[in-house]
Amino acid sequence: MSTILKVDKISYSYHSLQGETKALHNISFEVKQGEFIALVGPSGCGKSTLLSIIAGLNRPDTGQILFPNHPGEPAVRVGYMLQKDHLFEWRSIYRNVTLGLELNHQMTADKLSYINRLLSEYGLEAFRNKKPSELSGGMKQRAALIRTLALNPELLLLDEPFSALDYQTRLAVSTDICNLIRKAGKTMIIVTHDLSEAISIADRIIVLSHRPSTVKDMIRVELSKSEDSVLAARNAPEFKHYFNLLWEDMTDES
Amino acid sequence: MNPERHAPVTQEEFVKSHKRHHHMTALLRISVLMLFLFYWEIGARLSWFDTFFFSSPSGVVNCGLELLRQNNLLMHVGITLLETVISFVLVTVFSLLVATILWYLPRTAEITEPYLVILNSLPKSALAPLFIVWFGTNMRTIVIAGISVAVFGSIITFYTAFRQADPEKCILITTLGGKKIDIFTKVILPGSAPILLSTSKVNIGLALVGVIIGEFLSARRGLGYLIIYGSQVFRLDMVITGILILCIIALCFYQSLQTLEHMLKKKT
Repeated sequence: MSTILKVDKISYSYHSLQGETKALHNISFEVKQGEFIALVGPSGCGKSTLLSIIAGLNRPDTGQILFPNHPGEPAVRVGYMLQKDHLFEWRSIYRNVTLGLELNHQMTADKLSYINRLLSEYGLEAFRNKKPSELSGGMKQRAALIRTLALNPELLLLDEPFSALDYQTRLAVSTDICNLIRKAGKTMIIVTHDLSEAISIADRIIVLSHRPSTVKDMIRVELSKSEDSVLAARNAPEFKHYFNLLWEDMTDES
Repeated sequence: MNPERHAPVTQEEFVKSHKRHHHMTALLRISVLMLFLFYWEIGARLSWFDTFFFSSPSGVVNCGLELLRQNNLLMHVGITLLETVISFVLVTVFSLLVATILWYLPRTAEITEPYLVILNSLPKSALAPLFIVWFGTNMRTIVIAGISVAVFGSIITFYTAFRQADPEKCILITTLGGKKIDIFTKVILPGSAPILLSTSKVNIGLALVGVIIGEFLSARRGLGYLIIYGSQVFRLDMVITGILILCIIALCFYQSLQTLEHMLKKKT
């Protein structure tokens, strides 16, 4: 499998009148095509900052973000999903999911038919003319996913996308959304503070340290799932082992 | 038991009680007005107060009819309406434009903020004499007076509304490949539509205030002129009639903007 993203020696600091805060220090890793990466770390360690640097929203102080498949092009086809769904209440669901196409002047027949296919696949066909407030939390996340997928990104960046949902919905929606992304054949980096979520979703977990953050550990996750349910990953025999590993990483102050 | 106290059980009952509530409110509003007019008239007839100073409903109607016949009342009302509508439209367009520019250029906004606040708190009637000297005694002066009352507050409110848009929604537009203009047209403008409408309701009232101030000082036509003329010849019933007509005009403006708001809400 080819490398889709190369994070190369990224450092980043925040500046305020009180002084400089080093957030990221010399962070490097690679992501392969189709891989699911979870970024975990203590709160305030700069996980979201790293994500926004990969998305091209912030410029690193030093280091670079490389997309080996598209040398020379900056931030090629990266889809970014934020904490909240941010569907616009003044637009219908259909006009919300086509927002990206509208902004890029790509309202072509085949792109729209792709959106229509996703809408019916994700069970949102009946809601296309509804307002976002008429949908459940899970359906809103699905709509937000369609909005992101519409521009056909190769790499999806998810910044704690489920933290606005209540716990039960969250379990179901995170499994659901990740299955949909896997089915669409995309690569994904997800920021989360929920260790069990990281283990159940990711192929590889990158643990960041306290500020200034460095890559503290990388854990490859291989679970033997016996069933295909929301709790399948959490019921796998290896789950506990990974959880303990992560827990040690997170609580170890060195 | 009082049936009104029942909590609505079915949808039908809910709709019924909702409608009853609205009808009741409308009825009570009209009753207040009727009661006021009734006691005003009775008081005048029984000489509780001097009608020279306070007039009476019938006196106002007579005065209104007299003004219609002799002083071309409709022309005066029309002029005031026209000046107010022109001021309102110009205030809306101009403050939207300026607020947009300020949003695009935050540095300019930062620099101009204290000036806007000072201009907004200035009593605009103090400027009117200057306007007369600068622009002459004509409709232009009056429209400028109307604009001057509403425009600064309107700019500040619009700009604040623009600033309050959810920054994450703006980031979303960027991540979807949008530019700054897209952020403005897709997030800022539709997101602040409710504030723009409610500000407009205030603005049309302020425009009317400004126009009347202008007419007091420099006009030969319009309701403001009629009121000042009435007070100069000591026809206080004429002044009161003018004021009541102003009340009706303000009500009509408010109602038409309310209707517009309802239509827009239904459309979206």
